[in-house]
Amino acid sequence: MTTQFVSSTALIRALGLIACICGIIIVGVYEGTLDAVNANKKIALDRQIFKVLPGAKSVQAYDALPGGISPAGDHESPSGAIRFYAAYDATGKLMGIAAEGSSAGYADQVRVLYAYDPDKQVITGLGVITMRETPGIGDKILVDHDFIHNFVALDVALTSDMKTLANAVKTVKHGTKANPWEVDAISGATVTSKAVGRGINQSAAILLPRLVPHISQLRSKS
Amino acid sequence: MSTLISNFDEFMDGLWKQNPIFVMMLGMCPTLAVTVSAVNSISMGLATTFVLTASCLLISILRHIIPKEVRIASFIVIIATFVTVVDYSIQAISLELYDALGAYIKLIVANCILLGRAEAHAARMPPVPATLNAFGMGLGFTLGLLAIGGVREIFGAGKLFGIALFGPHFQPWVVMVLPPGGFFVLAGWLILFSGIRANKQRKIEAELALKGAKA
Repeated sequence: MTTQFVSSTALIRALGLIACICGIIIVGVYEGTLDAVNANKKIALDRQIFKVLPGAKSVQAYDALPGGISPAGDHESPSGAIRFYAAYDATGKLMGIAAEGSSAGYADQVRVLYAYDPDKQVITGLGVITMRETPGIGDKILVDHDFIHNFVALDVALTSDMKTLANAVKTVKHGTKANPWEVDAISGATVTSKAVGRGINQSAAILLPRLVPHISQLRSKS
Repeated sequence: MSTLISNFDEFMDGLWKQNPIFVMMLGMCPTLAVTVSAVNSISMGLATTFVLTASCLLISILRHIIPKEVRIASFIVIIATFVTVVDYSIQAISLELYDALGAYIKLIVANCILLGRAEAHAARMPPVPATLNAFGMGLGFTLGLLAIGGVREIFGAGKLFGIALFGPHFQPWVVMVLPPGGFFVLAGWLILFSGIRANKQRKIEAELALKGAKA
């Protein structure tokens, strides 16, 4: 290692050389792993979609924009758009829609994927994409039978003008669910249960008014 | 022959005598945070081992080029580069693992074992001993994490490497997979190792006293 009287040029030259070496390594690894990373992300998402929409054979990604819906490319969604996935059976018939909702839980964001049945206007399934809730407490949302049962037919019907949800999805205290648009919380894991309800409500309230008027575009696989 | 022995010593240094977790007490953030299971512990340990070994090798190669005045900035850039390499590689290998390790992969860059080794060892030594020492330190760190993660998974989930050990009636000790569990298990291992050390010391002193009495 050099000692005294190092000129500024030498310092900049040394730092520049290190930056060059490091830059080449980073860009090389980024390029080299990009395809595998994207493929992994797609596999993880498909697995979640097939879990919430069992029986689906193929999936097509779409972006819901304020003016309508359009097939999504490989790139990121345009700003303001909501990405959703139309799932089709073996004959190419629309089975349902899957979309993501997210809200702050006890420890971190709880990201869920829900399945929507456009014919009945209900949510028919729930999967968790990521969460870091307390083991044994918050993570009961994955296994609690009563909680999962909330999402067999959760009402998310729109008003007649299709501008908003007729009733906001709301998480209620355990044992007090009275309406089909309410989510019965898990006793002792209220914060996580509320995060799930809120995440679905926020996502459905924006997505469904954009999606439902154009649902005929998705009826058969393009 | 003496080079071989000294290289072996460099490698063994971090593995046992100067174990980063149980002796030097460095890198406590990932030690307590990600050791909820044996798989997470090994993954975190190997990721850190790779960053430590690769960064120490590069720093050692460049040690005559890096001026003293900018060495910390240079070391951090080199360490951050290999953390980025690990970050992309784990995403490419398994997203589940990537989600399980969360922000702690990126936080490897702030692990004091890395800058400590770079500054105290790699910047002064030729590439071979620097790399061997870093590799030994990394493996020692991995073993330390595994010792904690294994115990936490056994008691906290009734499993080891995901394989159930106690049958369906086992009631998991949830506290073991919560943050306090990390402190409990670390403290348990430290008590055990200091007990062994104290015992060894007592034996040595007793032998010396015996020799003294005979003389």
